[in-house]
Amino acid sequence: MNFLALLFRNRLAAMGAVVLSLILALVLITPLLPLVDPDVIDTGNRFKRPFTEGALLGTDHLGRDLLSRLLWGTRLSLAVGFAAAVIAAVIGSAVGIVAGYFGGRVDNVIMRVIDMLMAFPYILLALAIVAALGPGLINALIAVAAVNIPFFARNIRGIAVGLAGREFIDAARLAGMGHMRIMLTELLPNVLPVIIIAMSTTVGWMILETAGLSFLGLGSQPPQADLGSMLGEARAALITAPHTSIVPGVMIFLIVMSINLLGDGVRDALDPRLKSGALSRPMARTKVDRKGPIPAGSDALMDIRELETQFHVKKRVYKAVGGVTLSVRPGECLGVIGESGSGKSVTALSVMGLVASPPGVVTGGAVRLNGEDLLDMPFEKLRQARGDKVAYIFQDPLSTLHPLYKVGDQLVEAIRSHHNVSNREARKKALSLLKDVRIPNAESRLDNYPHEMSGGMRQRVSIAMSLANDPEVIIADEPTTALDVTVQAQILALLDDLRRSRGLAIIFITHDFGVVAQLCDRVAVMYAGRIVEEGPTQEVLDAPAHPYTKRLIACVPELGQGRRELAAIPGLPPVVDNLPEGCAFAPRCDKARDECRMGDVALRGGAPRAGAPRAVRCLFPEEEIA
Amino acid sequence: MGSYILKRLVSAIPVLLGITVIVFLIMAMIPGDPATAILGSYATPDNVEKLNRDLGLDKPLVARYFIWLGNMVTGDFGRSFSLNRPVLDEIVERFQATLVLAGTAWVLCAVLGILAGVVSAARQYGFADKAITFTVLVGISIPSFFLGMMMILLFAVNLRWLPVSGMYAIYGGGDLPDLLRHLIMPALALAAVATGVVARLSRSAMLEVLRQDYIRTARAKGVRESRVIMGHALRAAMVSIIPVLGIQAGFVLSGSVFIEIVFQWPGVGRMLVDAILKRDILLVQGGVVFVAACYVLFNIAVDVAQSLLDPRIKT
Ligand code: SF4
Repeated sequence: MNFLALLFRNRLAAMGAVVLSLILALVLITPLLPLVDPDVIDTGNRFKRPFTEGALLGTDHLGRDLLSRLLWGTRLSLAVGFAAAVIAAVIGSAVGIVAGYFGGRVDNVIMRVIDMLMAFPYILLALAIVAALGPGLINALIAVAAVNIPFFARNIRGIAVGLAGREFIDAARLAGMGHMRIMLTELLPNVLPVIIIAMSTTVGWMILETAGLSFLGLGSQPPQADLGSMLGEARAALITAPHTSIVPGVMIFLIVMSINLLGDGVRDALDPRLKSGALSRPMARTKVDRKGPIPAGSDALMDIRELETQFHVKKRVYKAVGGVTLSVRPGECLGVIGESGSGKSVTALSVMGLVASPPGVVTGGAVRLNGEDLLDMPFEKLRQARGDKVAYIFQDPLSTLHPLYKVGDQLVEAIRSHHNVSNREARKKALSLLKDVRIPNAESRLDNYPHEMSGGMRQRVSIAMSLANDPEVIIADEPTTALDVTVQAQILALLDDLRRSRGLAIIFITHDFGVVAQLCDRVAVMYAGRIVEEGPTQEVLDAPAHPYTKRLIACVPELGQGRRELAAIPGLPPVVDNLPEGCAFAPRCDKARDECRMGDVALRGGAPRAGAPRAVRCLFPEEEIA
Repeated sequence: MGSYILKRLVSAIPVLLGITVIVFLIMAMIPGDPATAILGSYATPDNVEKLNRDLGLDKPLVARYFIWLGNMVTGDFGRSFSLNRPVLDEIVERFQATLVLAGTAWVLCAVLGILAGVVSAARQYGFADKAITFTVLVGISIPSFFLGMMMILLFAVNLRWLPVSGMYAIYGGGDLPDLLRHLIMPALALAAVATGVVARLSRSAMLEVLRQDYIRTARAKGVRESRVIMGHALRAAMVSIIPVLGIQAGFVLSGSVFIEIVFQWPGVGRMLVDAILKRDILLVQGGVVFVAACYVLFNIAVDVAQSLLDPRIKT
């Protein structure tokens, strides 16, 4: 039911369904309609134009009524096409099920043969079969069915292989069922839906293929006519009497088109990725749609103020970032910590408009770099700032570096996107960058592809890439999460070095307090899209004020010991499209009282600025803060 | 790379043999006395007896297969009775014409299809995307032979821009411009469906790729958007587009049979249909094996192109 609703929400698919059912209905009642015999020859009335007396669609080269021939021909074409589809589906599926069920040698041999059949352009096989059997409609039907068998066999076999290994098949075998019975009663019902879908997507093809063979004169033989042979016969008079060609041609077009529309609709309705709207591609920049007033800035290098970023998926709104304020000064390292889903990465990506959009929308706040608002900057200016003033280091460089470009080329590109230098110069710079991040044999590494390097080396490459244009701010989004402990320590030491030697400001996103302790001057703790505590790293570590922070720290047995999941905190973070009223942490907090759930809990302790005292968002904090 | 090509060529041998076995078995289905069936209306008792001897039709099936295969390997595809010339000569001559037509159509479908798909994806849900999606839907629903006929009506008969049919003008033709004028319509009609398929696939491949993390990285680096789309994204999307281009070559080759009939193009497809109608079985058999073998080799070239594009493929 749900499936049908989805299908018919797709207007085009519905249109296809309507046209197809109209044609089917017409064809079914054809014998009852008051039509002239389609094969009665009346040479005195040849090539009558459409809409003339007694011949609604005109007559053909032998004076036969085109309307009558069209309907009877459509009937024949559809019948033959469907018959071919059923035959191909039955034989193909049987072959596929046998191959998948028995596996091993049987499977191997069958699939070899299938591969060889598929090595033919389909028409050659069909022509060979018709050549052997002789022209004729039944032989054309056999040929079309035969060339489509491999398609079904291969698809069904793929699914049958997966099913054959499942427990219920073993159980059936243990119960003493024979092979034949297992295939028919256990496997077949499970693959039937796939067979039907495969049929619905190929029946249009088969109608077209049989029509094609008839068009060539190899299918239906006169006087019997299907749509293809009508078109084939009309071709001789194409120039003098085009309507005799157009009538059957348009009918084939309508049939194939409506089947295609319907098939697309079925596919879309079945593909869960399309349902969630996830298949849309992100635009070059996150959509900005700020509702409220734009907050004033500060003198910080990078200043994020009351930033709100949401995901709009259909009618649901996920508030990923709900009013976050952060800032960094040159040479400073700010840690942003939280569980996955806390909004820390979305905050980081919002800065340079890199949140996937759709579905992401920045709905409020401001992001300023040296006092300039990045959110309403013209795109070309923003592009020039990306990588040049603000650079990113992402998690897992295997997926964040382009898999098909050499790392040297990727570095060169980063440089040449912002500096008008020759390829040679850029390459020299790339080499020195690789040396800066202490990659051994840097020279030869330039010509490596990402998949040829180790995880640690790849991460060094992406750090080198972020440094390519001497940015003012680096935003590092979990850059060490995918690495093992020793490599992680090396990378952190490297970042710390670079920050001190180059005066970089770093915003370091992580879920690991150990990493924060090693690297960051200040830390902001995020929960459910908001900052719940902020302060100098050491102070927060020594005396956490928010119950959530306290638990986070308690989860780290020994600081700096690599990746740590925050699973030790009971309960799950809230889903951000359905935030509880009041404190978002209340469901997991053992200090929660009724007041906590009443109204919004404010961030107390003064406006958070670099070097400023601490702030906490809790009514009953663990520590009273000044 | 050289060893990879060699490896792929060697792996094609069983497929090529399989093709000959399949064609041979299909032809063995011919009911009745094979020699008479093969010779059809050209059969005289002399001919029948000679053919029986030539093909060893009195021998068992397996022996007959190896005789046939051995002859083909040495370039002897037999003699066409309807044309009274060696089958291979006729095929090679006709296949050149088919290559011109199908090759052009294939290049067209690749270039136009990928371009349309890229624009469609980059402008997802925009006007260009909707216009392309609609055109593609119409394009893949019109049978190529009907499209060809309608093109003749419009461009050759009504507008008189292009010649109705054939490969060269009968009088005074024969040069390249003449060929191109004759080629435009059949190549476009032949390319239509494949272009639609390639455009659809390219669109979804691009959408898939544009969502990948490395595209975000490219944008974070400040790479120009045109380069993000035409460089980073298209390069990665090509990995899934190229195999489809290989498959479409088969469909273009298949479609050329119809287009050659509609446009009187002197290619191998028209030859096959004529041969079937005249029951010239040796010509059909040779033509099918020859074209299928070329297609297998072409697909090896596609695989090699794929391995050049994607360094992650082990060569
Ligand atoms: S406000 Fe209440 S529920 Fe929230 S963290 Fe503080 S004590 Fe716990």
